[in-house]
Amino acid sequence: MKNKYSIFSLIKNAFSNHENWQRAWRDPEPKKEYDAVIVGGGGHGLATAYYLAKKHNLTNIAVVEKGWIGGGNTGRNTTIIRSNYLWDASAGLYDHALKIWEGLSQELNYNVMFSQRGVMNLAHNLQDVRDLKRRTHANRLNGIDAVWLETNEVKKFCPIINTSQDIRYPVLGGTLQKRAGTARHDAVAWGYARGADEMGVDIIQNCEVKGIKRNGDSVEGLETTKGFIKTKKIGVVAAGHSSVIANMAGLKLPLESKPLQALVSEPVKPIIDTVVMSNSVHAYVSQSDKGELVIGAGTDSYVSYTQKGSFNIVEETLKAILELYPIFSRMKMLRQWGGIVDICPDASPIISKTSIKGLYFNCGWGTGGFKATPGSGDLFAHTIANDEPHKLNAAFNINRFVSGDLVDEHGAAAVAH
Amino acid sequence: MFLINCPYCGERDQSEFVSGGEAHIARPKQPTELNDDQWAEYLFMRKNIKGIQFERWNHAHGCRKWFNVARDTSNDKIEKIYKMGEQPPKL
Ligand SMILES: [Zn+2]
Repeated sequence: MKNKYSIFSLIKNAFSNHENWQRAWRDPEPKKEYDAVIVGGGGHGLATAYYLAKKHNLTNIAVVEKGWIGGGNTGRNTTIIRSNYLWDASAGLYDHALKIWEGLSQELNYNVMFSQRGVMNLAHNLQDVRDLKRRTHANRLNGIDAVWLETNEVKKFCPIINTSQDIRYPVLGGTLQKRAGTARHDAVAWGYARGADEMGVDIIQNCEVKGIKRNGDSVEGLETTKGFIKTKKIGVVAAGHSSVIANMAGLKLPLESKPLQALVSEPVKPIIDTVVMSNSVHAYVSQSDKGELVIGAGTDSYVSYTQKGSFNIVEETLKAILELYPIFSRMKMLRQWGGIVDICPDASPIISKTSIKGLYFNCGWGTGGFKATPGSGDLFAHTIANDEPHKLNAAFNINRFVSGDLVDEHGAAAVAH
Repeated sequence: MFLINCPYCGERDQSEFVSGGEAHIARPKQPTELNDDQWAEYLFMRKNIKGIQFERWNHAHGCRKWFNVARDTSNDKIEKIYKMGEQPPKL
């Protein structure tokens, strides 16, 4: 049984210089066989394991991760959480996640620092205005909080934005979702890992999957760098490397993996208390609790697994940031990095069974998977446990690329998720 | 971030080019005879290889010509550049 984190445990551990904290999860060697194995120890994979154990009583399960948990896209994103998607299916999916976020710290007994500081999406041309107004109406019909702001209201909500109409891409208004915000990305992975571990889930790091063993149309197990693991159910949550894993099972996915970049500035005093996204100029900015500006850029146009990305992409984003926020012109950027995002043709994820029995994929989150972490884990766990999708992820099956029933979020959610 | 040696213009920065994705996906000769699975395969399914991948590139801010590139997507190293219509090299 794990010690509960509380103000009292914090005080108690302060007396021993914080050197005697219980470890948050074990470091086990893999067993010979599990009831299910999750491939990928990011937020989505760990959440899947957590809900499999918690809601479906599957505790003889493991999460295998080739690096360390949360070292992939979970620790590389800009931590934006929102649910203001256009289509009913997406609204259902992302708002399911947002509702779980609202009680997640309490549920996990782990402070994920969820902050409902609001997310504002700016419109910079007439088409943006039409699209964002339409999206606001669609959101409200789906019970999701959304309001349209005129330019002066944008300025009032976030005074450092340059709302001059003389700039290249003037602010013509924006939308605001007040329940949206940010969370501490590492804490999400650690909180789910701790919770899953407590229920008996084996979290096996530095364990790379090298092959999937099939017996005809069903799976038998995984070849890994720590030996063969027998299992009848494999849930793959490998983000940018989903196609690589699919290839091991002889499957092809409708994905392209591309570098997506982000950067943070030197820490400064509080200057921006919300999240502002400008899809048409590729500039997203918020401020972390440490004081750094967290800036999201766009993806490169080509497939790459390098976790780097091109300089010109960052340059474009910073140009837009400087025009919209002249106050940042003297800020120094401290770090820049890339993550590999797996993008679906319709910019919506896949949470689905496959043509191979016992093989499930949760992928295609593209540039915006972090926000969905709790909902994604919950629904993927349901899909694996019941061998059937939950009604909230039924539309996100892999067969939609055959039937043509796509969930096209390109236009409405634009490039930014 | 890398350089691409355009077969028509010479070596230029990658930002001058636009990626056209996976190469050698042939347009169906008899589209009306394709079933839904075959359409899905043609339109959406991609190899998305980690390693050497054959792709099409366009010199969008230059000569605007298309050509093929064999590139290692794990390190962005270009192995071979060859013209449209040519068969992929054996690497
Ligand atoms: Zn050229």
